[in-house]
Amino acid sequence: MEKFKMLIVDDELDFLETILKRLKARKIEAAGVESGYQALAFMDDQDVDVVILDVKMPGMDGIETLREIKKKKPLVEVIMLTGHASVESGIQGMQLGAFDYVMKPVALDELLEKVRQAYERKLIQEGKA
Amino acid sequence: MEAQQYRKLWWDIILATLSFSVIPLFILGGVIYHQFSVSYTAKIMENMKTLAENRASSIDLFLEERISQLTGLANTNSLQQLQNEDYLNRVFNIIQTRSKSFLDLGVIGEDGNHLAYVGPYYSILKNVNYRDETWFHEVMATGVYVSDVFLGFRKVPHFIIAVLVREKNRSWILRATIDSDIIDNIVRAAWVGKRGEAFIINRENVLQTTPRFGGKVMEPPNAPDFAAATGTVVEELDFRGETFLFATSIIKLRKWVLVIREAPTEELTPLLQARFLAALIGLGGVVLITIGAYFTTRAMMKELQRMERKKAASDEVAMQSSKMAALGKMAAGIAHEINNPLAVISEKAGWMKDLLGMEDVVQSENLQELAEAVNKIEYHVVRAKTVTHRLLGFARRMEPLTERVNINTVLDESIDFLENEARYRNIDIQTNYAPDLALTTTDQSQLQQVFLNIINNAIDAIGKDGEININTKASTRKNEISVEISDNGPGMSKEVLQKIFDPFFTTKEVGKGTGLGLSISYSIIEKLGGRIMVASEEGKGTTFTIYLPVR
Repeated sequence: MEKFKMLIVDDELDFLETILKRLKARKIEAAGVESGYQALAFMDDQDVDVVILDVKMPGMDGIETLREIKKKKPLVEVIMLTGHASVESGIQGMQLGAFDYVMKPVALDELLEKVRQAYERKLIQEGKA
Repeated sequence: MEAQQYRKLWWDIILATLSFSVIPLFILGGVIYHQFSVSYTAKIMENMKTLAENRASSIDLFLEERISQLTGLANTNSLQQLQNEDYLNRVFNIIQTRSKSFLDLGVIGEDGNHLAYVGPYYSILKNVNYRDETWFHEVMATGVYVSDVFLGFRKVPHFIIAVLVREKNRSWILRATIDSDIIDNIVRAAWVGKRGEAFIINRENVLQTTPRFGGKVMEPPNAPDFAAATGTVVEELDFRGETFLFATSIIKLRKWVLVIREAPTEELTPLLQARFLAALIGLGGVVLITIGAYFTTRAMMKELQRMERKKAASDEVAMQSSKMAALGKMAAGIAHEINNPLAVISEKAGWMKDLLGMEDVVQSENLQELAEAVNKIEYHVVRAKTVTHRLLGFARRMEPLTERVNINTVLDESIDFLENEARYRNIDIQTNYAPDLALTTTDQSQLQQVFLNIINNAIDAIGKDGEININTKASTRKNEISVEISDNGPGMSKEVLQKIFDPFFTTKEVGKGTGLGLSISYSIIEKLGGRIMVASEEGKGTTFTIYLPVR
């Protein structure tokens, strides 16, 4: 049982559902929402350690969502997930405080490895705070 | 630009330069020479004219003096006195002391008989009757007579002067023979230079003086017929194949013609020298101008070609990059659209795999088949992912960048692109990288283009069955990285080697190569601050070495 709580934000429902199922099977506490607005709303109610954020979404896109998340909860780590690995959005995301960015499709184990690293960083940051 | 157009432009420039410099040169030279020639010839002709007039009037003066001497003698002495030969002899002696030109002196009556005679041919001439002679009638009619030159009994050229004296109701004639040597001397003074000629002819074109070259007195002269001349004239005439300047002047008392001849080759030597000098300077000018035009044009054409080449290369780079940018955008779009479904497939396959590990499914007899199927799906997702990531990598490369780049990685990516082609042709690509190669800030996409170009050329050069070796080395001393790409293909000759970086130079078949790959590569490497070198040996292979600065 992992100690961290994850939030997956992706407008691709099939992807979202499946990854949630797989995380559940691995006994990882994870929730999923379909848009940036929902993600922000979700985070108002619940604590989240690591957010997996799709860059390209209708409405509020990943970059904007990231900015809002960092405003609200600066200590939450965000991993950008993108099908369009344009370097700008990647760099922009990093500048805005994302932990890393990963390109779709990504093996779940690889993703989880990054999540663990992100969580570790979060713990360190919290320890400092 | 085509080579033909270059040649045409080359000729246009040369011809324009030549005509605008040579034509004025010739006109200037021609005009100056012409002016000089005209004035010089005029001066020579003027000189000859003066000489001719001068000589003619000297002779006139001489004759005039002799006539007046005789007239004076005739009028100061009576016939009575002169009939006395002793007296006449005395008078003759007096005259001769003053002027040696008198040879004899005779007094002739109206009937043509000698009344008195003094001179060396006394016995012969004393009894001669002149009544039927032409000169006798002439002198009776006009009062004064000067004869043509003749040899007479003396066999010495001479002529006579006769004056008529009227005394009361009878007339008599005083006649003197004059040695024409004096006239010869006067004429001789007009023999100018080494080839100058002067002589006198009478109205029958018979020589009255001994000419300098050929001919004798009383014979026709060795010259054109000037017997009909009417005044002082200078003209250039051809005579027996030679051109001479002739001046003629009339001796009024006897209507003789004085002819002076000068060889233009002698007289006009300064003019000929001037012509030679002008021609020499003109020729020198033409040679100088031609050489100047040649070198100027060559320099211009070289510069033009260099600029044209540079422009072609930069145009090609610009076109290539805009083409690549468009392609890149498209590739990125496609990659993105495929990546999302791929992510779903990947997750679904992952979920299936997770499920296959659950207890109830493990019992299934088809577990093995299912597991294999899921693995295959995952494998092919990874394959598809490689393609889309490569596409995205390609798209990313279109953006002009300076990023921290690992040259080894870039090389690997490039080899990735060409591996299939190489395998198909049975070409083995061997790599030997320096493991601790420093990262350098450069443009990865452009660098990749260069590597692709060179490796692709190596594959094309080998054709089939061969080996390409790619090495990287770090030189800490020079702070640069070297990439060596060598093939064991047929290599290149020195001539080809000199041109391989020229735009539009290709050894590939028509339509296969643009001839721009290496020229673009060259300009890219140059722009990135590096150098590109090539070494090749026919039959052994070719090695490209690229040096990149570490920064």
